[in-house]
Amino acid sequence: MTQTLYSRTRSPEIEKEIAGGGGGAAMRVIVPLQGVVQGRGGLVLGSIIPCALFYFLQFYLKRNRKDTDDQNNSNSSGQNPNPRSSSYGKLSELPGLTRSLSRGLPSPRSLRGPVFVSGRVRGIVKDSDSPYYVGLRRAKEDPYDELSNPNGVIQLGLAENKLSLDLVKHWLADNAEQAILRNGKELSISQIVPYQPFDGSMEFKVAVAGFMSQVMEKAVSFNPSQVVLTAGATPAIEILSFCLADAGNAFLVPTPYYPGFDRDIKWRTGVEIIHVPCRSTDNFNLSIAALDQAFDQAKKRGLKVRGIVISNPSNPVGNLISRGTLYSLLDFAREKNIHIISNELLAGSTHGNEEFVSMAELLDPDDSDRKRVHIVYGLSKDLSLPGFWVGVIYSYNEEVLAAAKRLARFSSISAPTQCLLVSMLSDAKFVQTLITINRERLQSMYAQFVAGLKKLGVECIKSSGGFYCWADMSGLIRSYNKKGELELWDKLLNIAKVNVTPGSSCHCIEPGWFRFCVTTLTEKDIPVVMDRIQKVSETSKLNR
Amino acid sequence: MAIEIEKPSVGLSKVAVSDTHGEDSPYFAGWKAYDENPYNESSNPSGVIQMGLAENQVSFDLLEKYLEEHSEASSWGKGAPGFRENALFQDYHGLKSFRQAMANFMGQIRGGRAKFDPDRIVLTAGATAANELLTFILADPGDALLVPTPYYPGFDRDLRWRTGVKIVPIHCDSSNNFQVTPEAMETAYQCAESMNLKVRGILITNPSNPLGATIQRSVLEQILDFAVNKNIHLVSDEIYSGSTFSSSEFISIAEILENRSYRDSERVHIVYSLSKDLGLPGFRVGTIYSYNDKVVCTARRMSSFTLISSQTQHLLACMLSNKEFSENYIKTNRERLTKRYDMIIKGLKNAGIECLKGNAGLFCWMNLSPLLEEPTRESELELWKTILNEVRLNISPGSSCHCSGPGWFRVCFANISEQTLEIALERIHKFMEQRRRN
Repeated sequence: MTQTLYSRTRSPEIEKEIAGGGGGAAMRVIVPLQGVVQGRGGLVLGSIIPCALFYFLQFYLKRNRKDTDDQNNSNSSGQNPNPRSSSYGKLSELPGLTRSLSRGLPSPRSLRGPVFVSGRVRGIVKDSDSPYYVGLRRAKEDPYDELSNPNGVIQLGLAENKLSLDLVKHWLADNAEQAILRNGKELSISQIVPYQPFDGSMEFKVAVAGFMSQVMEKAVSFNPSQVVLTAGATPAIEILSFCLADAGNAFLVPTPYYPGFDRDIKWRTGVEIIHVPCRSTDNFNLSIAALDQAFDQAKKRGLKVRGIVISNPSNPVGNLISRGTLYSLLDFAREKNIHIISNELLAGSTHGNEEFVSMAELLDPDDSDRKRVHIVYGLSKDLSLPGFWVGVIYSYNEEVLAAAKRLARFSSISAPTQCLLVSMLSDAKFVQTLITINRERLQSMYAQFVAGLKKLGVECIKSSGGFYCWADMSGLIRSYNKKGELELWDKLLNIAKVNVTPGSSCHCIEPGWFRFCVTTLTEKDIPVVMDRIQKVSETSKLNR
Repeated sequence: MAIEIEKPSVGLSKVAVSDTHGEDSPYFAGWKAYDENPYNESSNPSGVIQMGLAENQVSFDLLEKYLEEHSEASSWGKGAPGFRENALFQDYHGLKSFRQAMANFMGQIRGGRAKFDPDRIVLTAGATAANELLTFILADPGDALLVPTPYYPGFDRDLRWRTGVKIVPIHCDSSNNFQVTPEAMETAYQCAESMNLKVRGILITNPSNPLGATIQRSVLEQILDFAVNKNIHLVSDEIYSGSTFSSSEFISIAEILENRSYRDSERVHIVYSLSKDLGLPGFRVGTIYSYNDKVVCTARRMSSFTLISSQTQHLLACMLSNKEFSENYIKTNRERLTKRYDMIIKGLKNAGIECLKGNAGLFCWMNLSPLLEEPTRESELELWKTILNEVRLNISPGSSCHCSGPGWFRVCFANISEQTLEIALERIHKFMEQRRRN
């Protein structure tokens, strides 16, 4: 993960600067030197200039040792927004950064150069250019609203569940105050103010464990003492990555996968992701053969594989992993002695006829392979509560639990939120209503979306879970490659003003696939979406 | 190499098996003793009194009163505006109203002597997360941060565990009241260099934990000059800034920067939290305030790993923007902390114990070195065990805080009631008398 100072390539601007500065000076130096060598005048110059050169060389080397980051050099303190890197154009997202605070900042070319920032800053600067993030930003800046902004960008790139928001809203309006402050009879403020266990209160763990059983409609019960709660599924995945792998190790992850994994699994941990490609011929289902192949390739590259990360239901495709495949995965993990992280965040968001099978169902109490299985869950998707940030690590491995509990201190859930949710999750009637209605609406939206896209000649993978349609738009792209795909994405974003996620952001090996989230809209917006896409698809067809 | 146990056990990472979490140190061992035998006025009057936890409970009633009278803060009552924005708010920028309220609150605490820009505030789930996050951003694995001793034991975990960054201590001692000196900073820097460690920053806590004292203006200037000189970062952890006994005695690094017209500010970052000043540790609210645009940007994205629930942000935005509440709270809290401090200092003095002159925080820095058999760490730990087991008080030994001189202890006074404090002082008095007689 860490790059040494000297292995980094310099940006073209820096090269030019050095060359430019040196070019003119060089001539002024070489000529007198030539003179000295040829015996003409310039002895003084001939001795001073090499010394001066030497001094400048030292100075330059010293300065570069401090300037470890190209971006730093061209953009110190963001004062000179670099049009190349959109992260600095993103100063526009910080409107309050007035000059009054920056006015005293030294020029970027100060004697010692700008102050160091770690390799992790470089990582994120690159990421923010990806279509996934660019699209999210555009949709946020210019959001569609039926009445007030009918030409705005329609957000189909963010897997937010707004379908059942009204139910949650009503519950909160009726119950929130009661839930936080008057838990039972007396004022429970004393429960929310002091330090709590960093991995969540036992009460909340019990409530979450119960909910998991309920939403997965499973006979399997989840043990609260195997639950570690975190501020969202994002830290849950990162904490597991920290626990199961060292920097430089790798996880196998089937593609296409959730773009956020690149951040959650790799960014601060230094863990690598090895792609395990899934193909449309297999309906994008995971094949053990591909897994095997990826494992061997990793070995050849000298990478130690520590685990597999599966998402079930999967994102972006929406597939459910079959019981048979899950068993095969366990066999594979046993054979290679590695971990399995099963991301079951969307377990409650199934809408088809297929049965969802949790990893938890497959494990017997006396099965020693349990120690390699870790389940990730969260409340944001199934409960329509992203802003509350509740993630779950469920593990059968005591050592992992112990480490995760300690690491949870960096990502703890607010006590009043825990209190509120305990109350909500204990309202069994409400929870059941929410789960049922959510599923119904999801099924309906999904079907309508698929039908709408079909009319435009776009087929979707038949999926039973998740919030998405995984659509094959390869018929609309000019060149059957990433470039063609991104051109279409750009058209969709800027002309049709619909933000969808291109398959390349999800590392899909086949170009032309796009992820549409179906949960961010209401039914009446669907025709609007289809209309807009139609315009683009027609022009795309004409241009081919 | 990660630990490879023979099959069939599957291995864990170095991070997972490391003991950098520090829970085996005396600092935490004392807590275990307390958990097993906690003092209770009625049911367990001879139990261990917890004086090792820096929690602020002296102004709890003010919070209670606010929440009771302002129920709209904790709910989205029928027709309450902003539900959709609040509940669904999943933007790591954080609620604007909350950031504004935090910026104003931070300015209020500093007596209006510094202003804060809400767009430079990054929210994290607690100061623990803020310090770790900053370390991830300012340093690479294997680099070093300079931290003056004695320091908060949790730093060993927060700054080093997952980040792989090292701490090189700046040694301070009692000869000058543990103040940082340019010589000490230079020595630490050279020490790091000799170990081939790249120093990326200096992290100070102001007011200091465990000293319970603010850093003087001249020393802050020297520290900033040092950071500029070496071209490194300066992180100022100011989580106790609202817990100074008098508002004028605390000088924030923000004020120093303001006086310098923000020259050199791109290396300065402030950590704040509501856990100590507002006594709300359960809420998990921390902030990073950085004068460096790139750090703000990166920290914001990295805060995805440590977000505060929108409900909590909404609640606190209401609470903190209520001027009447916040002004009254700051003032009353200060008065009560001062009163507690005076009480404990007087009680200790009567028992023949001296403390460092403090002016802030939830604890005092007690000098028991005259009681040591030998001026060694082992002696200090023996004394600590005696106090834990015989006097039944959990206090924090200076060695957990990496204090260079043995015999100092941190004693918290704000997490217990006045009555309990009286009991604790009585026990100490008896203990000291016994020792004098022997």
